Amino acid sequence: MNRIIKFIFLDILKNKIVLLYTVLLAAFAWSAFSLEDNSAKGILTLLNVILLTVPLVAILFATIYIYNSAEFIELLLSQPVKRTTIWFSLFVGLSLSLVLGFLIGAGIPILIYAPSDVGFMMLAIGSIITVVFVAIAFLSAIITRDKAKGIGISIMLWLYFALLFDGLVLFLTFQFSDYPIEKAMIVISALSPIDISRILILLHLDVSAMMGYTGAIFKEFFGTTIGLVISFVILLLWIAVPFFISLTKFKHKDL
Amino acid sequence: MIEIKKISKQFGKIQVLKAVDLTFKRGECIALIGPNGCGKTTLIKSILGMVMPSEGEILFQGKSIRNDFEYRRKIGYMPQIGRYPDNMTIGQVISMIKNIRKSDAFLDEDLLVQFNLANLFDKRMSTLSGGTTQKVSATLAFLFNPDVLILDEPTAGLDPLASEILKEKIILEKKKGKLILITSHLLSELDDLVTEIIFMQEGNIIFHKNIDTLRTESGEEKIGKAIANLLKKQSA
Repeated sequence: MNRIIKFIFLDILKNKIVLLYTVLLAAFAWSAFSLEDNSAKGILTLLNVILLTVPLVAILFATIYIYNSAEFIELLLSQPVKRTTIWFSLFVGLSLSLVLGFLIGAGIPILIYAPSDVGFMMLAIGSIITVVFVAIAFLSAIITRDKAKGIGISIMLWLYFALLFDGLVLFLTFQFSDYPIEKAMIVISALSPIDISRILILLHLDVSAMMGYTGAIFKEFFGTTIGLVISFVILLLWIAVPFFISLTKFKHKDL
Repeated sequence: MIEIKKISKQFGKIQVLKAVDLTFKRGECIALIGPNGCGKTTLIKSILGMVMPSEGEILFQGKSIRNDFEYRRKIGYMPQIGRYPDNMTIGQVISMIKNIRKSDAFLDEDLLVQFNLANLFDKRMSTLSGGTTQKVSATLAFLFNPDVLILDEPTAGLDPLASEILKEKIILEKKKGKLILITSHLLSELDDLVTEIIFMQEGNIIFHKNIDTLRTESGEEKIGKAIANLLKKQSA
């Protein structure tokens, strides 16, 4: 198993895109921190960039890489290698290289400018969100054999999670603003890994004080250790569920 | 060595294999023939676990291959159209497979030498011609000295010289008592190679006969004519 992961990892490194991604993230991060005078503001700027670009790069790169690995998968399948091992190695190889890209690109400036709880939280969230979207990419790549369709599904999913979902939440909030929906909002936020990440970071910044009553309710939940644990568990579920669905599908796939 | 029990496979509405029953024994050299789309490649891919049969079971040395993968250690497979990662070189592909197999057994590099692949080690797979890709596939299939060789259209795309080298190699391995499974359209090529003939049509086995029985039954020496003769008799 390790050999295959190592092989995929090196193959991705040879492909210059992840390198470019690292450089771009670094450029974003350094400029975010040097433009803002305090690190909390820098984190806030970076947060928005990260929550938009990291999922996009992760889901697109992973989907395309899986489709391009069709030959590689076929070659391995005629060898004494377990199907689970192949799929798992692809997943680990992709996640590892993208997380590494994130940690080097955005992680170093964050650690230099904001070596606080929030900084570490950002690192954890960025890494987890990368893996979440790699897992979602595995799901959309296994659903269809058609590469264009698969990439299309990935882009749609990204649009949904990154933009559309917020719109829906906003719409719901306005529609039901007369009712006490704050607790329901906590549950709804669990339906999008990007949202839950954003809330987790925001609540660790002082700006949460400006979010009014909802912010207070959120803080009451996400601010506690239990709330924190629950939200991380939910994020991990966002990794595990899509990946295991794709794995069971892959086990029965005809090649 | 390989037992196929009532294998059926459906792709959507098309039934590619219809309750196929077959047994292959050690030392046999079997030719799997039939028109295009009769299910030969699907049958082979089912044995390799690349296609999951809808029904039925395949036993390899008495053990079901479902949920097993170690049995593939004993199989060398040469696909009809070898597909390899584009950005790898020949050398990388071969060393990667060696690495994955981590086989301690003696490596059979005959074909590697005879096809002169060592000179092309730095060439990327995407730049290779169809024939050279086939040479790589053949080399990989024979490299680990497997007990079973499954060759899907081995000589298609090879130049006459290379195809002769491959044929010699197949005969050599056959003499060692290996099980060899070949699909081919070029019946003339099979004459001095095979011991058994399986004829498939639309997912059914039309016949499975020993080559000598086939020759005496049809009264023809050449496989091509013998089969044509037999099919005529059957339809009459």
